[in-house]
Amino acid sequence: MRGKVIRDVLVKTGNVVTAMTAGLIIGGLIMQAYGYDALHAYYSLLRHALGNPLTDAYPLTSTLSLATPLIFTGLAFAVSVRSGLFNIGVENAVYLGALGMVLASGLLRADTPLVLIIGSLMGLGLSVLFAFVAASLKVFRGVHEVITTIMLNWIAYWLVDYVRVNVFPDPRDPSKTIAVPPSARIPLLIRGTELSASFVIAILASLTTYFILWYTVFGYELRATGINLMAARYAGMKTSRLTIYSFLFSAVLGGLAGVCEITGRPPHYSITTGISNLMGLGFDGIAVSLIGLNHPIAVIPASILIGALNTGVRGMQIEARVPFELVRLVQGVIVVSLALPGLLSTLQKYLGIRRGRREVVVS
Amino acid sequence: MSYVIGTIINLLVSTSYAMTPLTLTAVGEITSERAGVVNIGLEGMISVSALVSVAVATQTLNPWLGLLAGVGVGALIGLIHGLISAYGKGAQIISGVGINIFALGFVPYMIIALWGVAGYKQVPEAGRIPRVAGLVSPVFILCVLVAIATHYVLFRTSLGLKIRALGEEPQAADTLGIHVERLQLIAAVYGGALAGLAGAFMSLDWLGTITKEIAAGRGFISLALVVFSNWKPSLALLGGALFGSSWALTEWLKVLPGVKGVVPVTIINTLPYVVTLGAVAGVIGRARPPRKSGVPYLRE
Repeated sequence: MRGKVIRDVLVKTGNVVTAMTAGLIIGGLIMQAYGYDALHAYYSLLRHALGNPLTDAYPLTSTLSLATPLIFTGLAFAVSVRSGLFNIGVENAVYLGALGMVLASGLLRADTPLVLIIGSLMGLGLSVLFAFVAASLKVFRGVHEVITTIMLNWIAYWLVDYVRVNVFPDPRDPSKTIAVPPSARIPLLIRGTELSASFVIAILASLTTYFILWYTVFGYELRATGINLMAARYAGMKTSRLTIYSFLFSAVLGGLAGVCEITGRPPHYSITTGISNLMGLGFDGIAVSLIGLNHPIAVIPASILIGALNTGVRGMQIEARVPFELVRLVQGVIVVSLALPGLLSTLQKYLGIRRGRREVVVS
Repeated sequence: MSYVIGTIINLLVSTSYAMTPLTLTAVGEITSERAGVVNIGLEGMISVSALVSVAVATQTLNPWLGLLAGVGVGALIGLIHGLISAYGKGAQIISGVGINIFALGFVPYMIIALWGVAGYKQVPEAGRIPRVAGLVSPVFILCVLVAIATHYVLFRTSLGLKIRALGEEPQAADTLGIHVERLQLIAAVYGGALAGLAGAFMSLDWLGTITKEIAAGRGFISLALVVFSNWKPSLALLGGALFGSSWALTEWLKVLPGVKGVVPVTIINTLPYVVTLGAVAGVIGRARPPRKSGVPYLRE
């Protein structure tokens, strides 16, 4: 039994590594085609994403710092997938979590840790409220969650932008909202880096989610609903209620991403124009969750992987002069290759190695 | 009175423009999902095609060649996604996310690389698609025809039956001798081509310019439209009109005296989404997706 588990993990890791390599090769070819030195670019990617942690903590801590929100959003998405939902609303949960902190900062106008408590409660409350709209439309009206959550994402987007422009703009820099007061911020783990204690919170969230999903009755029922809704219903589980809980669970995790991002990342501690510092975190969570095969623990290395890519991008820009846009393009190619779980198995089959059949469930 | 009629005609025309990219993309995605291939990279495909079509149209000063190039590029991305999904048995969602990220880099990079400007490029007058009777876009007419034709093929022909079988029970289809992978690939390419047409329409016809944010969420809204229309192309046409008209209304409201400057633009911007939510909550019942859509088909 144990041997099988270990082999399973090895095969899955192997798949991700193979896909990464394929993506990097294709990306490298594209860079070469546009006249950039691909090897130099990748060298600087690695240097900036990892560096030498013994002499300089900055690269590795940046990677972990950029991985932090993705752990939350990856978890949020994993929880939905496990309960049979394709919940794109994690994106709005992130916006609203951050919005709660901005509202609390603006309303209280005081530099106290109380802002953090009230702000996160407001943020999580807003996320949960939006998720409840999607959940009840799903349960009571049978509206598919993809449609509701996409609409709610845009409604949240414009609401946040309304607050940024009309309610609490930064008086010195109207492109941002007012900032979270210093004593309400999550402390940095290492001075001079971007890594804050929110990373620890993210790890704890991941462990808690794992525990809830695999060691509680609620988690068991949630997963049962996701695997086979009808069977779960016949077994006497209250599947509608479970669906609602799954939405709310997701919203809390997504909301935490927003709260931690705005209270834990220097230098802004505010929402910037076009919600640019939060946009896409929820969507990246989808990729993270799927790379981590929707497992709460595997979401951590998956987030660090994407976090490393996002950090290394800066190095490629500065040292190899690869424009940011081209780096994004290469990143896209890598993610597309990550979609191929069969890559390694095809290779194995080619080499004549026997393998166990497995299915990848995406929705 | 003439003011009222003028306003109504204006709103109808802007609706026809707003609904065209949504409907085209949704009809393509419906076909693809009916065959079992989900593509959430539509957003990226729209913007990449919009860019390539502008590049071709400014080069040749022929809008039709530009339009064709847009369709071709969309089909090409659809082909890649289809190969990954059908033959590679890949995770379709990850591939779609990758396409979106790729576009986020590709489009702004190419705008700089091709024209040396950051942000946006205007399409020259000769590269724009002429309008029928000075009002309606030929692509809108094409869009209506495509939606009806696709509906007919999907529900009234044996090809359509085969495609729908792939999304419901690929194993049964396989047993009957249908080439599962090949047909899935064709459906994915068709979906990509229509998303490409939508992108080309936006840059060459409707907006007459290419920006890096040209898709502005329309790829995702089309996904919503797919669900709204219960995976039926004819309903996608109606749903597209509903979504499109709420957009047209929003733009009209923004400049309406008494509203302009009083209600914040950001709040008005939420309107199309609120209307859509309300419409789905009130109008439709339980939508049923193709059973095996998004699940890679693996033989025993």
